[in-house]
Amino acid sequence: MLDDFLIRAALAGLGTALAAGLLGCFVVWRRMAYFGDATAHAAILGVALSLAFSVSVFAGVLAVALAMALILHRLEARGPEVNTVLGVLAHSALALGLVAVALIPGTRVDLDAYLFGDVLTVSRGDLAVIWGGGALVVGVLWWQWSRLLTATLSPDLAYAAGIDPRREQIILTLLLSLVVAVAIKVVGALLITALLIIPAAAARGFARTPEAMALVSMGLAGAAALIGLQSAIWFDTPVGPTIVCVAALSFAGSRLLGRSG
Amino acid sequence: MTALISAEGVEVRHGKAVAVQGVSLNIQKGEIVTIVGPNGSGKSTMLRALIGAIAPSKGRVRRAKGLRLGYVPQSLRIDSTLPMTVRRFLDLPVRVSDAAAQEALEAAGVAGVAQRQMVDLSGGQFQRVLLARAVMHGPDLLILDEPTQGLDQPGQAAFYRQIEEVRAKLGCAVLMVSHELHVVMSASDRVICLNGHICCEGTPEVVRAAPAYRELFGTGTGGALALYRHEHDHDHMHDHGHDHSHDHSHDHSHEAAE
Repeated sequence: MLDDFLIRAALAGLGTALAAGLLGCFVVWRRMAYFGDATAHAAILGVALSLAFSVSVFAGVLAVALAMALILHRLEARGPEVNTVLGVLAHSALALGLVAVALIPGTRVDLDAYLFGDVLTVSRGDLAVIWGGGALVVGVLWWQWSRLLTATLSPDLAYAAGIDPRREQIILTLLLSLVVAVAIKVVGALLITALLIIPAAAARGFARTPEAMALVSMGLAGAAALIGLQSAIWFDTPVGPTIVCVAALSFAGSRLLGRSG
Repeated sequence: MTALISAEGVEVRHGKAVAVQGVSLNIQKGEIVTIVGPNGSGKSTMLRALIGAIAPSKGRVRRAKGLRLGYVPQSLRIDSTLPMTVRRFLDLPVRVSDAAAQEALEAAGVAGVAQRQMVDLSGGQFQRVLLARAVMHGPDLLILDEPTQGLDQPGQAAFYRQIEEVRAKLGCAVLMVSHELHVVMSASDRVICLNGHICCEGTPEVVRAAPAYRELFGTGTGGALALYRHEHDHDHMHDHGHDHSHDHSHDHSHEAAE
């Protein structure tokens, strides 16, 4: 079954979408979209480094995304006035990555694959990484759910209940890096944040509790991945952007149909 | 008797600025303590140090072993992207039974709101739900940070009455911060007047008469106190009359104060 590249692509899209749909709820609730963007942009630098040192792209992207996320985390703790610094870092990492990829001697790298994803070429190994990483994200979120939710609602409520909100923030930061590393093959560095926030934002209108929103978000993200893949084949369009377009349609639909509360 | 929670020579800095310094206080079982002080006097900072949200730069905070804290924050802004029913909110961070949730909501005076969205509640209902959540697990100490901010005066008086009722039922200690001092002071066993450091402390009468307190707040206290008494009298119309009140010394004290 896994010999069929379409099946592999569908599974890769589904695995990424489920993890991103769930984590995306926290990205939306905590207004971390910008944070996600910066981490994802840094991933291109990770691609360049992995090509230069001949290590797996997944490992390189994960390492750089992780480093970026932790730097951002440290900066953010200092208060909102570091926003400009965040912007500088995020876009510098993207630009540096693009330049570094061009400087690598020998192979001409297809950058589009990393910027916009290339889900039709996923291997069995990629699939294992995607589903392993995705399962880890879902598992950790499940395990920490109540603590994360309390810390998201109010850091002081968390402290009073004996929960350290800084620890919960770091957990989310680490998971975000993992999702970036997992999703780069599927939707590419530029559209990872879209896969995080659009299904979650679309789910908001249909949900009365955080859990309901998380489940609807995962469902919408998964559906967007599969429908997007199918549409991309029909219309001969790039898969990653098509998946995001389908997700955006679901958001528009939720605005028309759903009612919050 | 050992204190539930105590601070010893606590100093907290925000960056280079010293928010509070040299603060020592302790809360004993069952007493109602109010911290009053003008805006920027470090009241909320002190509470946040007590709940462990800020590490003091000097001194230390001690909690009794296994202390159960109930905390009502000054404000809680729930992001509009986060759907949250009242019932679900009471489950954070530990799930509770429907019966326990209903009981807590009743005790806080908001029995009918369990299925409402948090963001749709009125200011008074919202604060009562925060109170319900704080008393959910039978706290030894209830900490409230300016719990009536944003309520009108009758709403404030009603909310303080609710706190007294809850407190009479649970027998927990209460530590409250306020700048609406006259209303609160009447309900306190002990008042601590804070302005970066402890200016004075004692029973409401002692503090009211203290020169340091008068310097900070002036002396015009009649109106607000009268309001509290007036609202308090409405109690007789409900089933929760004075039966529980006389076990607090303050009920006599505010009569004496007038």
